[in-house]
Amino acid sequence: MLNSRTRRAVLDAAIVAVVVAGMGIARGVYSNELMLFNFVMFLTLSQGLNIIYGFTGYLPFGYVGFFGAGAYGFALAVMHLHLPALAAMGCAALAALILAVVLLPLLRLSGAYFAIASMAAAQALYEVIANPDLEDVTKGPYGVSLSNVFAPALSYYVALAILAVTLLLVVWLRNSRFGMSLQAIRDDSVSAAMAGIGVVHGRTVAWVLSALIAGLVGGVFAWHISVFYPDTAFDLSVSIFSTVFLLFGGATTLLGPLLGVFILYGVYNVIGIAVPQYFQFTYGALIVLLVLFLPNGLVSLLTSRGIRVP
Amino acid sequence: MSPESRKSEPLLQVQELVKRFGGFTALAGVSFHLDPGEVLGLVGPNGSGKTTCINVICGLYAPDGGRILYQGKPIGGHKSHHIAKSGINRTFQSPKPFLSLTVRENVELAAHYGDPNPGFDIDALLAELELDRYANRPAAELNSAQQKTLDLARAMATEPRLLLVDELAAGLNPAELNRMAVRLRALADKGMALLVVEHLMGFIDKVTDRVVVMAAGKEFFGGTLADATKDPEVIRVFLGGGHHG
Repeated sequence: MLNSRTRRAVLDAAIVAVVVAGMGIARGVYSNELMLFNFVMFLTLSQGLNIIYGFTGYLPFGYVGFFGAGAYGFALAVMHLHLPALAAMGCAALAALILAVVLLPLLRLSGAYFAIASMAAAQALYEVIANPDLEDVTKGPYGVSLSNVFAPALSYYVALAILAVTLLLVVWLRNSRFGMSLQAIRDDSVSAAMAGIGVVHGRTVAWVLSALIAGLVGGVFAWHISVFYPDTAFDLSVSIFSTVFLLFGGATTLLGPLLGVFILYGVYNVIGIAVPQYFQFTYGALIVLLVLFLPNGLVSLLTSRGIRVP
Repeated sequence: MSPESRKSEPLLQVQELVKRFGGFTALAGVSFHLDPGEVLGLVGPNGSGKTTCINVICGLYAPDGGRILYQGKPIGGHKSHHIAKSGINRTFQSPKPFLSLTVRENVELAAHYGDPNPGFDIDALLAELELDRYANRPAAELNSAQQKTLDLARAMATEPRLLLVDELAAGLNPAELNRMAVRLRALADKGMALLVVEHLMGFIDKVTDRVVVMAAGKEFFGGTLADATKDPEVIRVFLGGGHHG
């Protein structure tokens, strides 16, 4: 039993290696670095969301709040503390962590109530940061410029490292008893508690990990693009895209969100460049078809036949 | 249980337990006790507070009054997972398996987090409960009787000293019923205390040593089932309405 579990984990880790190496090589052969960076960003964000939604069943529409907190954590550290970029990344993580701890009581809610409350929290944070009266601190709605730390190559590879760690974290959750205990809590929190599982502890760990990942992605986003506005850092479409990619591919798996990003974000970019007038139509149709025929995502084509998907 | 533990002290003492939901009093000061190796039946009409009683003992609800002593220590209001680790477990009226996990994983989690003695044999337990054939199937594929058995397996994987059994017999066919009664009796003979909530009196008769009859959140009869059926008050509550709370 243990042996087959180890074998699975090794196989899953091989997928991680292929994806990370592939995205690293792509930067050398493809010139649109911003598009590749966005791919890395969404690959990471959809897996971060996977940790909280796929493993515990909480779907935070306000996931972008952690991303924005990370972006501004990074920006404030660079602007006011004059920290080097890598140290400012630590502040990005810290900002998301603090937000996660402040929002812990939201886990008392469930379903749509939780989703909406988390969105309201993200919106509240946005309103504070974009407040013109705070211009001296956050630059308010006028946006920040971090040109003194601009380093497109290094920030790309840091984003890649965050992706690698996130994917390995999901591999661990997929193959560990802790990950299994989270799924048990998601399936039935009452009987999970009677099995001796600390329900609050499990949910808290998943929530904090998920927030931390979004915060780090937000930080590296701020670093990579270096000029941005609160509207960009708290853009709700960050939440929506991550959620759609996750659900399209299939939550609770490693492969599902990866497929979701590569296929849907790929289609998004192809249509966006070739026939932008059909973009919303095509995207809408894809999502309608998915909800109607594959509500559990692409991977359910295999899992419903009893085939294990990494 | 440690061998030198005082024989005189009951394993579980429920004293004047009160539980309210808003304006509704589900438990109005119920009291009873349970010794190691004893099977106590908790019977009463629908709504008399039997399941609420189990839910409060296992930590799902905090009591609003009264005390629950387990091995002499108060446990009222403790978190469920601590109660599970301390040796109390339960089954559910409608089974609650982890549907996305396999049967073996269901039991494995309880055997890991529920703190049984080291070297607990999951496969032997599955074989004993005739779940070994489905060990690697998702729990969602089991029928309802099998899911109830899985509930029992998961509870047993935490090696409880006290097992709360909430309407395990409902929905089982006569053959399954008989097997379940034999199983529960065997657990008690090995020293486990059982609190059995059940509507099927035949099942209660086969399994329990003693019954407590409840109505409107309070016990009003304690003794053997045979004596209970002769008690005029018990007959009135079950057959001649008025008390349905």
